[in-house]
This record gives sequence, structure tokens and C-alpha cells, in this order.
Amino acid sequence: MRVALFIPCYVDQFYPNVAIATLELLEKHGCTVTYPLKQTCCGQPMANSGYEHEAEGCSMLFAENFAGYDYIVCPSGSCTLHIKHHLHTEKNAPEEAHIRKTVYELCEFMVDVLKVDTINASFPHKVGMHQSCHGQRGLHLSQMSELNAEPYSKPGSLLAMVKDVELIQLDRIDECCGFGGTFCVAEEAVSGKMGKDRVADHVRHEAEYITGADMSCLMHMEGILKRQNSNTKVIHIAEILNGIDN
Amino acid sequence: MNSTITNHADAAIQFNLDEPRVDWHDKTLWFIREKRDLASHAIPEWEQLREYASQIKNNVLSNLSQYLQEFEKNAIANGVIVHWAADAAEHNQIVHSILKKHQIDRMVKSKSMLTEECGLNEYLEHNGIEVIDTDLGERIVQLAKEPPSHIVLPCIHWKKEEIGELFHKHLGTDKGASDPKYLTAAAREHLRETFLTRRAALTGVNFAVAETGEFVVSTNEGNADMGAHLADIHIACMGIEKIIPQQQHLGVFLRLLARSATGQPITTYSSHFKKPQPHQEVHIVLVDNGRSVHLGKEDFRNSLKCIRCAACMNTCPVYRRSGGHSYHNAVAGPIGSILTPNFDMRANKDLPFASTLCGSCSNVCPVKIDIHDQLYKWRQVLMKEGLGPTTKNASMKMMGWVLSKPSLYNISGKAARLVLKYSPFVVSNKLNPWYKQREMPAPPKESFKEWYKKNRG
Repeated sequence: MRVALFIPCYVDQFYPNVAIATLELLEKHGCTVTYPLKQTCCGQPMANSGYEHEAEGCSMLFAENFAGYDYIVCPSGSCTLHIKHHLHTEKNAPEEAHIRKTVYELCEFMVDVLKVDTINASFPHKVGMHQSCHGQRGLHLSQMSELNAEPYSKPGSLLAMVKDVELIQLDRIDECCGFGGTFCVAEEAVSGKMGKDRVADHVRHEAEYITGADMSCLMHMEGILKRQNSNTKVIHIAEILNGIDN
Repeated sequence: MNSTITNHADAAIQFNLDEPRVDWHDKTLWFIREKRDLASHAIPEWEQLREYASQIKNNVLSNLSQYLQEFEKNAIANGVIVHWAADAAEHNQIVHSILKKHQIDRMVKSKSMLTEECGLNEYLEHNGIEVIDTDLGERIVQLAKEPPSHIVLPCIHWKKEEIGELFHKHLGTDKGASDPKYLTAAAREHLRETFLTRRAALTGVNFAVAETGEFVVSTNEGNADMGAHLADIHIACMGIEKIIPQQQHLGVFLRLLARSATGQPITTYSSHFKKPQPHQEVHIVLVDNGRSVHLGKEDFRNSLKCIRCAACMNTCPVYRRSGGHSYHNAVAGPIGSILTPNFDMRANKDLPFASTLCGSCSNVCPVKIDIHDQLYKWRQVLMKEGLGPTTKNASMKMMGWVLSKPSLYNISGKAARLVLKYSPFVVSNKLNPWYKQREMPAPPKESFKEWYKKNRG
């Protein structure tokens, strides 16, 4: 199984450990992983700001980089969703159609494609699970509290395989953290308040770590936790699943 | 509340100056979202009902002109007088002309978001006609001389102590009184006198049935009924999208409406109006006001399915933390943000950006409007129209260019990390909006790409 590793630009630049954990985790579970070296950004920051037309260059580059693999796996629900929904240029239609069909967020790839049933890792901590909206409501990684439907959680089922994790309950199980891409600066007042409220829910329930499948939300909440000199930390789910020395 | 601010982000800054009040506002509305969850989760066929409602409304939008003509024909046969208004101005003139003809200078009105949209109160007051809003929440904001902040709960931004103050000033209730029962009783007494002396009543319309020519008004206070039954003239105003094909479809919509709005199984009153009582005139004003143009926009037409339940507002984490007035329109929240650019793109260009695109709005919508997808699409339309600030246009162009060139991306990424490491003051200051409430991420010693080349290259 030839898997291309798609690493979001801000993860590449600011959270290389998340990318390393993703790579190692996929390899442990039997994938032959390639990281196309010319990748940059999926184009979502421009597209979500209303500038899809300025993201054309990114889309074309993405199609060049990621054509010809069995699967493309990314440790971010948000970037995955962008590619799935918005990778459309005039130039590379067949390649893009294949890419849109074979791009997966890491947790859904492990559950739906690899059908992982054991994880060799231990994380003896109280952990709060943040449901990032694009992964949850866009890719359906977990059931959504608004719907009258059976609950499930792909990231949750993976965490349940990790030894000694204590998952805490939240008052609001899937409220947005307020990151929202450029929203975090364009609507700074509301974004900051949403982040503070989300973090408070985890802290109130004594989370030592907040985890999730999207580093962007975690980066936003990390910024708030650090400003508050909180002991609570953020950690990407790939790092827990890959086993981390603590 | 500063209602002169017409930019959501600026109004939100004002709203957030009083953080305990934001917490109170957020919790009040979240409580309603929780009630909605309980009510909707108690019905096993809930998701099926949403699907039915969505399909019925899709059918309506695809056959709107036929249903409207069918409705008109049946309403006329029932003895109702039907008017057509192309826009807000014509709507207001029609209402005014009916009142003038009967020499009426005072009117009671039950809640109607359409008349808010059309600015009817101001228009009639300008023409010497006194309008008394009879919905309790509407009456409160009317006394306070401000617009509603929510389409179902117009004064949700007011605390009971503040309402006590307001009533003390206007209705003479005891100073310092804040008991909701006492205040409601005072308002009721004050309004009862009004009901008995007014000869005209205006109501909104929740559903108009093409097949029968009847219309249904859903309220909890019975104020629409009290007004309409006592008055000689009943004027009902509705947007043309309020049509449903058949009476049996009410069974779908009435089950969805109150559960979505407040978590009640059904509103206290679902009043069906069909034929005028003897010696009474009933008028229906069918209002377009931009809707038929809106209907022609493929990406945006299905927002006309909206039944005004406000579930999207209650669930919206941004609405709860910025307040209804920050949307500077009669209809606020996520649905307002996709409806209002249809009327005036320039004046409402900020609203599609007042969202994180979290998608909760689309999930609670009882008629399955793809609200968050439309927010995304409006952003594209607005920026293509050139309505973005010049600095944003330039920075997005630059960003798109840099990110499409791998070597430039590598250099700029490295530069950004170096800045963070060696000159953090460049970004860690008050000019950087990220830094106001958050620390910057700690820069790692190398990017993943650099690590990969070293370790796997």
C-alpha cells in the first residue's frame, strides 16, 4: 500500500513532532510512506477567506505532488476536508478526482482502511478530546451532538486502545474552539473568547492534556493555555497513538 | 448596545468588553440549544422529519408561482383580500392605505420578522400611526427603542432586572421589581387595555397553505389571536416563501418548528385563519422584497426554505458570544448571514465572515439548509466582487503566490521560525491580533521537511 504523507504547512513549520509521529505510526501499521518533498499548503487559508481564485496555484501544485498514490493521509481533518471538497482546477481533472477520493484524515484512515485493532502505546494521563469541527461535521469522524443518531467516534475508538488513558467528560462535547482559520485574527474578540471557554471546559474537568485530530485548533488552545500559565497541555492524537515517552 | 456599528467584528469587540455578560448570554442560549436537543432526540423519526420538510420546501421553491396563485385563488374564495408587494416600500404603503381607508391611527401587532425587515413600524409612526407590539419580548425592545436581537426571543439580551427598570419607567411597576411573573402580569394588563381599544391588528404568517388558502400563526402568548379576533381589520403579512402545498404538510412543520426553536413539543397556540368573521376584513400581503431574485441564485436559493426557528442562532458559538445586534439586520446569526447579502451585498459583506464554518447551524436546521456551505460560497462571491479590503486582496495574492512555489515556501517558513526565535517582539505585541489573548507557538529547531531530508532522504 503506497501512502503519500500530506503534512499541513503550519505542522511542517511549527509542529514537526506531529508529522514525525504520523509517519512512524503509519509505518508501524504496515504502510510504505512517501513524503512528497515539494508540498507546501493545500490552499485552505485563501479559500476560506473567499479567495479560492488565489489558491489555484496551490491546487495545481498539490495535484502534481500527490498524483499516483493509493492513499493520501493527513494528520488534519480540516486540510483533508479542503482537498476533498475544493480541489478542482481545469488542468488535472482525472488526477484530482482520484486524489479527492483517496485523501484521508489519519484517524479515519486507521479505522476505515487499515482497520487497526491494537495500538501499542500507553498514556497514563487524564485526557480531554477536542472534536475539531471540520473533521467531525465535515468528515464525520465522530457523531455530532445535534443529530438524533447513534454515537460513535473514530479518534475515540483509537484512543480507547491506548493503555492507561483516562478520557474525561466535557460539558459541551463538540463546541467549536473558535480557531476558524483567518477568523482567529479577523474576529479576534470572539475567537479568543470561544477558545477560553473551550479550554475552561477541559480544565474544569481536570484534563492534563487536550488532544484532537487537528493541530490548528490545538495551537489556538495552546496559545490560550500558555497565556493563562495553565498546567494543561495540548498533544496531537498521532503523538499519543505513536507512543510518547512521558 | 451600540447599534450604529455596522461591522460584525467591531460590534463583537464592544459586546466582549463585558465578559460576565457574554458568559450569561452564551449560557442562556446554550440552555435553549440543550432543550432543543432533548426535544428532538425524543422523536425517533426526527432526521426523517427534517428530510421531509426539506423536500417539501424544495418542491415549493421549484413551483413557487403556481402555489402562490393557487393560494391567492383559494384565499379570495374564502373572502380574504389579497395584496401583492414587490418590495418593502410597497408593503408599507399597502398596510398604510388599508389603515387610512378605515381611518385607523392605532394598531396592535404580533411578532412578524417581515415587518422588521420592511421597517414598517418606523414608516407607520412617520405617518402618524401608533403601533403597539404585543409579543412580550417585542414590546420590551419597542419600549427600549431598539431592534430585536433574536427572531424568536427578541429581548434575549435583556436581564430581568433591566426589564424591571424599563417597566418601572414606562408601565409604573414597583421600583427594583424583577420577578418575571409580576412583570409579565403588568405587561399583560397594559396590553389587554390596548387590545380592547384597537380596531386593527397585524400578524405575521408562519405557514400559508396553497390548497386551502388558510394561514397559520404560531405563538406562545396568544397575542396574535387576541389581536386578530378583537380587531375589525386583520392584516397578515408574509414573505412569498412561506407557502406550503397542502394542509397535511403542517403535520411535518409544526412538529419541527417549536422543537427546533425552544424545545417545546408545539407552540401554545397554532392558530389557523381561513375566513373572516362576520363584519371583519382579513387582508393578506404577499411580499417579494428581493426573494424572486434570490430564488434565481442556484447556490443560495435554498436558504428560502427557512422557517425562522432560530435554532441556528442558539447553537452558533459566534452568535452566543457576539449578540444579535452585531449582525445589524432584522434576521441575525448564521441564517441572517446568508440571507442578508442577497438584499445588499455591500452593506452585509462582513457577515459571511462572522463564522468559523463549524457547521453546527446546518445540523440543527429543521429544513436542512446548507448554511455553512453557503457562508463559504458567499465569501467567494464577495471577494470576487472586489468587496475585500485592498490590504487583504494583496496579502492573499501574495500568500497564494508564495505557497504555490515550494522554494519560496521553504524560505519564508524558515524566516518565520527565525523571527519567532530571535525577534519574538516583532510578532508578540499588541499589533498582532493573535497575541492579544494567546501566546505564539514555540518555534522548533527544524521543520519536518528538514528533518525528513536528514533522516529519510
